[in-house]
Amino acid sequence: MTWTPDQPIVSLKDVRKSFGTVEVLSGITLDVMKGEVICIIGPSGSGKSTLIRCINALNDIQAGSITVEGLEVNDPKLDKLSLRKKVGMVFQQYNLFPHKTVLQNVMMAPIKVLRQNRTEVEDRARALIAKVRLNGKEDAYPGELSGGQQQRVAIARSLAMNPDVMLFDEVTAALDPETVKEVLTTIKDLAAEGMTCILVTHEMGFAREIADCVYFTDRGVIVESGPPATFFDNAQDPRTQQFLSQIL
Amino acid sequence: MRPNAPVRGHMAVLHPMRIRSDALPLADRMFNVWTAAALVLALAAVLIAPAFAQDAAPEKRSIIAILLEWTPTLAGGFGFNVLISILSMAIGTILGVGLGVLQVSPIRPIRSVAWLITQFFRNSPWLVLLFYCILLIPFQIEVFGTKIPFPGWIKAVIGLSLPVMAYMSEYIRGAILSIPTGQWESAESLGFSRRQIMTGIILPQTVKRVLPSWMNLYAVLTMATPLVSIIGVSDVMALTRAALSAEGRVDLLIPMYLYILSWFFIYCYPISAVTRLLERKYSVKL
Repeated sequence: MTWTPDQPIVSLKDVRKSFGTVEVLSGITLDVMKGEVICIIGPSGSGKSTLIRCINALNDIQAGSITVEGLEVNDPKLDKLSLRKKVGMVFQQYNLFPHKTVLQNVMMAPIKVLRQNRTEVEDRARALIAKVRLNGKEDAYPGELSGGQQQRVAIARSLAMNPDVMLFDEVTAALDPETVKEVLTTIKDLAAEGMTCILVTHEMGFAREIADCVYFTDRGVIVESGPPATFFDNAQDPRTQQFLSQIL
Repeated sequence: MRPNAPVRGHMAVLHPMRIRSDALPLADRMFNVWTAAALVLALAAVLIAPAFAQDAAPEKRSIIAILLEWTPTLAGGFGFNVLISILSMAIGTILGVGLGVLQVSPIRPIRSVAWLITQFFRNSPWLVLLFYCILLIPFQIEVFGTKIPFPGWIKAVIGLSLPVMAYMSEYIRGAILSIPTGQWESAESLGFSRRQIMTGIILPQTVKRVLPSWMNLYAVLTMATPLVSIIGVSDVMALTRAALSAEGRVDLLIPMYLYILSWFFIYCYPISAVTRLLERKYSVKL
């Protein structure tokens, strides 16, 4: 199946995933169109992170199907590299390579994985570092940066691979409140440029501001979804209402 | 001077074990400046006292003169010990890193075999391994008609590199497993292959963690090199024995062995001192 931009860029159909006997995802169906920004919210343990990790095959699934630009993610014959060129991911714990400088962190994958020309990659990497507002930090090591700065390097590192979809897994959850904003601004810039973004987040204000569609998950299923205005102000399901009343 | 005096805090001399655990490593408290000074004094006393005693009997050469006379020969032997230790360490390290990586292979049979090899050589007496290498490795091999000799000392290098390999394998395995899984996941999501992640991201990060143990292993290995004298390699120990029998003097035994001991101490002590420094440095931030 060849993918055309009028089809969903990421499509999940009845995805089921268990860890041992515990079913974490109990039939998730979800479509994301190119350029869309979707936010997944829900109580902890509801499977949000597992869901997003399944999209770039960090976790496998037991049933259902996930496609990214027509690529069947759970196909055992899938060349993982072709998937990972399309999907970038940013983690809660940044996971920068501590023995490499900021510039090296950003340059490493395009050079080693995509085998691109070093000087071209360096130009692009410097531009990306400037884009996440970290000019002057090129030669710093991750350990010398604040959490928010590290997270922005992690975003730049993912972008260096020119992905079509970006996954953000609770990227501000480990940050100090004052550095959350700088990371959210970076993501907002990205979304404004038309990057397809799938976010797992606890930042309700941010979700409301940025998302095209908000999904509420609980106990492995999507309970409710909709555009942020209707979702936040006019939630239908009692579970959603209860969650929102606790968090807002 | 009382070398056993409690120089730090409440270290009770009469207690056979630590009664208070404080932040300093045990080795640090055992090898403090005072004990080192005491050791040097004891060494000097043993060397000098008989020398004075010799003045009464002028027909015998002084022990110091004999030691100095033999020093170039013994130094050559000691150099051989150092050479053997460096070569064994190099070979053992290279093989050990490979074996350690195989110990975390996702393929179960590979993992099991690597584990077995590691455990086997880690739990074998070094001397027995040396004997095995002497007996099993031919004294020469033929490659394309040219005979390549395998002298005893090369067999000894191989024999000593086996336990080094096994220890190294365990250090590397432990260090790899101590790297947060997030490193693997983020590298994987950037498209790196397993091999690329291992060589470019994980192994470089293990260097810092393994370095203190690695240096300690080198010091232990160096101190084990006199074992090769038993299998007929002319190291410092074998030469000392030869010198002693050539001189045929009983009063030379203790000073000469002490002399050799002090060489090992002077060579190995700085290594363990730096090791402790590194351990302390890295134990704070990881």
